Amino acid sequence: MVAALQTRAGVMLLAVIILLLPLVLPSPFYFRIATLVFIFALAVLGLNLLMGFAGQVSLGHAGFFGIGAYAVAVGPTHWGIPSWAALILGAVAAGLLAFLVGRPILRLRGHYLAVATLGMGLLIAMVLTNEAQLTGGPDGMPVPRLDLFGWRVRGAMPWYWVSGVTLAIAAWLAANLLDSPTGRALRAIHDSETAASVLGIDLARYKLTAFVLSAVYGAIAGAYLALFDGLVTPATAGFLRSIEFVSMAVLGGLGSILGSVVGATLLVVLPQALTVFHDYEHIVLGLIMIVFMVFLRAGIVPSLAALAVRRKP
Amino acid sequence: MGTLHVAAAAALTTLVFAGATTAANAEVKIGAVLSATGPASFLGDPEKKTLEMYVADINAKGGINGQQIKLFVYDDGGDPNQARTFGTRLIEEDKVDALLAGSTTATTMAIIPLAEEAKTPLINFAGAVQAVYPVKPWNFKTPHTDLMACEKIFEDLKKRNLTKIAMISGTDAFGKSMHDQCKTVTTKYGIDVLHEETYGPRDSDMTPQLTNIKGKAGVQAVVNPGFGQGPAIVTRNYRQLGITVPLYESHGVGSKQYIDLAGAAAEGVRLPAAALLVAEKLPDNDPQKKVVVDYKKTYEAKTGQPVSTFGGHMYDGLMILVDAMKRAGSADKAKVRNEIEKTRGFMGTGGVVNMSPTDHLGLDLSAFRMLEIKNGDWTLVQ
Repeated sequence: MVAALQTRAGVMLLAVIILLLPLVLPSPFYFRIATLVFIFALAVLGLNLLMGFAGQVSLGHAGFFGIGAYAVAVGPTHWGIPSWAALILGAVAAGLLAFLVGRPILRLRGHYLAVATLGMGLLIAMVLTNEAQLTGGPDGMPVPRLDLFGWRVRGAMPWYWVSGVTLAIAAWLAANLLDSPTGRALRAIHDSETAASVLGIDLARYKLTAFVLSAVYGAIAGAYLALFDGLVTPATAGFLRSIEFVSMAVLGGLGSILGSVVGATLLVVLPQALTVFHDYEHIVLGLIMIVFMVFLRAGIVPSLAALAVRRKP
Repeated sequence: MGTLHVAAAAALTTLVFAGATTAANAEVKIGAVLSATGPASFLGDPEKKTLEMYVADINAKGGINGQQIKLFVYDDGGDPNQARTFGTRLIEEDKVDALLAGSTTATTMAIIPLAEEAKTPLINFAGAVQAVYPVKPWNFKTPHTDLMACEKIFEDLKKRNLTKIAMISGTDAFGKSMHDQCKTVTTKYGIDVLHEETYGPRDSDMTPQLTNIKGKAGVQAVVNPGFGQGPAIVTRNYRQLGITVPLYESHGVGSKQYIDLAGAAAEGVRLPAAALLVAEKLPDNDPQKKVVVDYKKTYEAKTGQPVSTFGGHMYDGLMILVDAMKRAGSADKAKVRNEIEKTRGFMGTGGVVNMSPTDHLGLDLSAFRMLEIKNGDWTLVQ
């Protein structure tokens, strides 16, 4: 119950930040950074449901991200599907793929899903690179702008609100889910698979639910990034991006909704902030990540929360 | 750790000083987004070094119109999304007067819309044709296109009366793009492509594809659009199979590494390349000789690394921009853009540049030299 309250408070805090942030952001550049944070946080939030609660790792999450991104690029360009419908189709396609991959594999114990998703992610990136007549090949393709009821969504400001509101809703949904029987089952699985199965929890089913949900979150985030940038390349679905997502989730804190946002914020903002170090920025970035992982082992948000609780008399 | 502290301290000091000078007098601000690290660092790294080297040189000589250049260089790691973020930052935050940005075609395509929207002159360093055609008002480009490389090859084929060819191309960005461009000009040069094969960028044997080509009757020459180690393997397999018709490589193999990898098999291979590759071998009356020899010497002396054509593209871009700013008498964006468009007879490392409102590249086929490999070294085909 306490955990649930904390989660709710976290979501409220997030909503307030999204609402008030525009008051202090000085230029479109900062709006772009904030939008990127929201988009990546959305993908990481999905991944965190899988990693933090179902205890499974996906090393090909950028594959789902890429499916969403290319859905809004290919759909409107080649088949005349409106962008918003392509976005939904992309999310459904990613969910279906996750279902097909996850259903047989999640019946097994251990990290088989990590290996399967690793292969899946590489395959998706390969298809996107090689099916050039459809996807534009290695140089990528332009993405038509999103039209919503006659309103053309472009520029950093509108996208700040679209991605911010989506993130808030996604976080609220995730918080609700965790407070539902499904969420309690997922947390039980995370604590002990044996105990959970003794209590009659269908492990495979709940893990599959989390995996499909995380794929859908990832695809929506991918579609947003493609629409926001107006351009997609196979790098969107690349292995490095998958690793970036996992790093964001681990750094921010597994099993923490706010942690997903904090992790995404750090890894989006740091490369911008560290440009003052010129040629040494990568070294500094690596050092900062190591320091965080050494001193805040459970991830930033959960470690700090635990610290705060311990300090209380 | 020690160097890191020093670096951090140095960075902070530069920041403080930079702040102080901005207040003191006006500066020309030039922004660059380059892929200095990551998979495209072979492009971005020499570009970055060239840029920093020559900007320091120009500043030491008094700058442009009496104003010092303040340079902003960001590394996008080859990621178009990151390139767009840094591009936005240069325009919105650093408020640069001009952009020298985009090492790859993908990162360039992410930056062009920003420059167009902010009405800021942009000179990019992408290879593919779409980075400059259709012409956009604020976007310019210095590297020759893959289309031109292909035309150069076809021109040579026509001269030797070899019109029936086979193609074997890589499926990477470079090979794919060049292959497609080649196909657009076959009729213009009266070339018949009898057979086509492809290979993946990491394939280690191309014998099956080449056997198919060998079995095809009437092939008079083979063209290989490709980049990296692939063409070297193609060349080796080519000789192993005893194929005797001439082999043409692309400008993508224009480094000594190709000759080292292909070894004796590279004898007799022809390829189009920028003059920079054969700087010292150019005849003394060649108008381009001075600029390429100077750039090569300067770059190699300062960095201790062999010169590459990619750094040369940055040299050309910077010099075109600086000339335009001098002619404009200020860093006013619209004036500078107009002056870049009026660039005529500029002698760069990539060739003679003649820009016009319908051509924001300004190079013709003379930018490429046809080379043949003889005795393990490049020689000019006369």
